[in-house]
Amino acid sequence: MDVLTRVPVREQEPAVRAANFEEVCLGYNEEEAMAEAARCLNCKNAQCMKGCPVSINIPGFIAEVKEGNFEAAYHVISESSALPAVCGRVCPQETQCEGKCIRGIKGEPVAIGKLERFVADWAREHGIKPKKAEKLNGHKVAVIGSGPAGLTCAGDLAKLGYDVTIFEALHQAGGVLVYGIPEFRLPKQKVVAAEVENVKALGVKIETNVVIGKSVTIDELMDNEGFEAVFIGSGAGLPRFMGIPGEQAMGVFSANEFLTRNNLMKAFLDNYDTPIKAGKKVIVVGGGNVAMDAARTARRLGAEVHIVYRRGEEELPARKEEVHHAKEEGIIFDLLQNPTELLVDENGCVKGAKVIKMELGEPDASGRRSPVEIPGSEYEIEADTVIMSLGTSPNPLISSTTKGLDINRRKCIIAEEETGATSKEGVYAGGDAVTGAATVILAMGAGKAAAKGIHEYLSNK
Amino acid sequence: MYPIVRREKLADKIYLMDVKAPRVAQYCEPGQFVIVKIDEEGERIPLTICDYDREEGTITIVFQTVGASTERMVSLQEGDAFEDFVGPLGCPSDLIHEDIEELKKKKILFVAGGVGTAPVYPQVKWLHEHGVDCDVIMGSRNKDLLILEDEMKKVATNLYVTTDDGSYGFKGTGTAQLQELWDNGNRYDHCVAIGPMIMMKFVCKLTKELGIPTVVSMNPIMVDGTGMCGACRLVVGDEVKFACVDGPEFDGHLVDFDQAMRRQAQYKTEEGRAMLKLQEGATHHGGCGNCNS
Ligand SMILES: Cc1cc2nc3c(=O)[nH]c(=O)nc-3n(C[C@H](O)[C@H](O)[C@H](O)COP(=O)(O)OP(=O)(O)OC[C@H]3O[C@@H](n4cnc5c(N)ncnc54)[C@H](O)[C@@H]3O)c2cc1C
Ligand SMILES: Cc1cc2nc3c(=O)[nH]c(=O)nc-3n(C[C@H](O)[C@H](O)[C@H](O)COP(=O)(O)OP(=O)(O)OC[C@H]3O[C@@H](n4cnc5c(N)ncnc54)[C@H](O)[C@@H]3O)c2cc1C
Ligand code: SF4
Ligand code: SF4
Ligand code: FES
Repeated sequence: MDVLTRVPVREQEPAVRAANFEEVCLGYNEEEAMAEAARCLNCKNAQCMKGCPVSINIPGFIAEVKEGNFEAAYHVISESSALPAVCGRVCPQETQCEGKCIRGIKGEPVAIGKLERFVADWAREHGIKPKKAEKLNGHKVAVIGSGPAGLTCAGDLAKLGYDVTIFEALHQAGGVLVYGIPEFRLPKQKVVAAEVENVKALGVKIETNVVIGKSVTIDELMDNEGFEAVFIGSGAGLPRFMGIPGEQAMGVFSANEFLTRNNLMKAFLDNYDTPIKAGKKVIVVGGGNVAMDAARTARRLGAEVHIVYRRGEEELPARKEEVHHAKEEGIIFDLLQNPTELLVDENGCVKGAKVIKMELGEPDASGRRSPVEIPGSEYEIEADTVIMSLGTSPNPLISSTTKGLDINRRKCIIAEEETGATSKEGVYAGGDAVTGAATVILAMGAGKAAAKGIHEYLSNK
Repeated sequence: MYPIVRREKLADKIYLMDVKAPRVAQYCEPGQFVIVKIDEEGERIPLTICDYDREEGTITIVFQTVGASTERMVSLQEGDAFEDFVGPLGCPSDLIHEDIEELKKKKILFVAGGVGTAPVYPQVKWLHEHGVDCDVIMGSRNKDLLILEDEMKKVATNLYVTTDDGSYGFKGTGTAQLQELWDNGNRYDHCVAIGPMIMMKFVCKLTKELGIPTVVSMNPIMVDGTGMCGACRLVVGDEVKFACVDGPEFDGHLVDFDQAMRRQAQYKTEEGRAMLKLQEGATHHGGCGNCNS
């Protein structure tokens, strides 16, 4: 076996999976995992760990996998991560842990994400749970939002003996993991619900259908319900639109609406009541993970799908694996193009887009080359559905109803990086609500940091 | 789970339920709404809070069956429960934030259409309890569809009932009744119109001509109700607003009703539209705002 190449991971055939919602990647089995683990050099100064935002002991858990000690491997990962089955599937590993792996200098990096996923799946299938706190310390903490940030913060605090309640606006816990990321990438029942159950098994209570700022405010939670500290992990859910003509036409959706109908409300299953429409020809505007997910979902609902993105292939912000999968499934990439207007028929339905070609100019503040319109290059493309996937920002519901909570110009809550502390005493924040839309693992890292911050605050109070 | 503690049929296809939801009942105010979901497979259905009892921890909803989900809600009986019931959502009515003494100086008119009578009732009741007078026009297609008439009589200063077919009260629409009141010398400083979009559109057209500031309560298609999906977006003035967080009440003279009505029909199929016509025959006049005819 060539040590420079990875043990390949089994996947559903593109032509088959483009018509179903089953998980695309099938993962390693025990032999494959052990073989892949054997490629790890068990580096003394493990570079991979520096690339992991929650510093999982990567050589440590991989060494256990190599020996076939999967339960031990799970406990090594659990020290640092509450959602390994999720991260193993959705982390942008190529820029994080695997991007730094020494093996990657000459050959392919160790498949850290796939191994982590294997261990987490193995533990779930064998009924292994994280360990609960011995005794409660009597302090009540409220966590707002049940996305990765909230779940991690709640889990860590529960392990320390806190009495933690998560308040979630939607009817199901999981945040973007349930409403945004599709089933074929992250199975809801098998993986997300199981990880949520693990957090509950630590003693965390989850109250769904509570919108903080509407059902009850943070001040009321602290003054009337006895919560001594609050963690805000409310994400960045507010969708952006382009503000171009025709955007209010029928058949134009935000990616959030399209994905929520499909993922949270399970519109793709016949026995669920919520409707969804994908039409025959769909344009998805944008180039991030969200755009890929919307495009691949529309494809599975039977549409021809075009991704219209204003920069080039290199600049696509989505994970490489997702772009690759999307192409395999027949998604068409119309790069270096941008819609300037949506065309509407006499019934008020969208019928296409006017698109202008772009070229890349000087690098902007983020270091990416910014796109510039090519004058006179406009043309029209047909479509009966347009999905806007232009990014999201934090919802002002909480910041506007909480006295003394500072936000920045981008409506993000201002919080200290090391502790999650905000401008309001006893109130901590982290995840997309603080950074704007980012990644699962960064949100988890922030949840962890805030759990530590809250523990210190309440211990010294 | 959120148990149904009372269920009543108010009129053909219109039902009232009291639902136990202590968290919602604790802080809700007139003008806000809830989203209910029957069970795992159910849709999220937005409904206005029609009344509340903070002591009992209950919320009153009144709904009309228009499609699959509301039809399915009818099968729920006292003792059954909703799996999900979230709220209060949206902003409370502006009226309740105004100075009571200022309100007392104003001539206020409510125009309620069909099931819109239900959300109008708590506002009128609230004003009545605070010693503020107001007139109410409530309209429906025919006598059998009238709801909450007795309740409204107790709290409205003057109540004008209209039916499209003249089977009861004034024959004609609420808009026609308003025109008649105006022609007879009645004057109003403020109007609140709640009902089908098409009715609010015509009330606003008239009140704009008459120069009466008018508030409407918009009911576009929604999914989450927290500002996350954008399904509920409306054009108000030159701005795009999300009805679930910026509303549901808006300045009726700024709302683009034609746009809103089209968006509301988004998930309506051609067949569905045809079926409605078939069921309602000659009485189908498009007044519900659910189709373009
Ligand atoms: C379609 C899509 C695909 C993505 N793909 C990837 C990927 O492949 N890899 C990756 O690393 N990242 C990906 N991301 C980004 C990642 O999912 C987010 O960065 C991450 O989920 C943020 O976690 P969070 O806990 O901060 O917030 P969220 O996951 O957004 O959770 C916030 C929760 O708070 C709840 N909430 C909000 N307001 C309130 C309130 N007022 N009261 C109560 N509850 C409230 C929300 O309902 C939600 O459940 C993707 C995002 C999307 C949308
Ligand atoms: C803020 C708000 C408050 C509301 N308050 C009430 C209320 O107090 N009582 C009441 O009976 N109804 C109310 N509605 C409307 C109610 O939510 C819809 O009638 C219901 O969702 C229709 O579901 P359905 O599956 O039965 O019908 P569908 O099969 O989904 O649709 C049937 C028809 O109703 C229209 N429709 C679909 N969704 C909506 C919607 N959200 N609003 C209006 N029309 C819609 C469709 O265009 C279609 O023509 C409110 C809506 C909103 C947004
Ligand atoms: S959590 Fe993410 S970054 Fe860390 S090791 Fe796992 S896959 Fe890599
Ligand atoms: S850098 Fe790569 S080879 Fe070295 S310990 Fe980490 S995973 Fe193993
Ligand atoms: S209902 Fe989703 S944003 Fe208003």
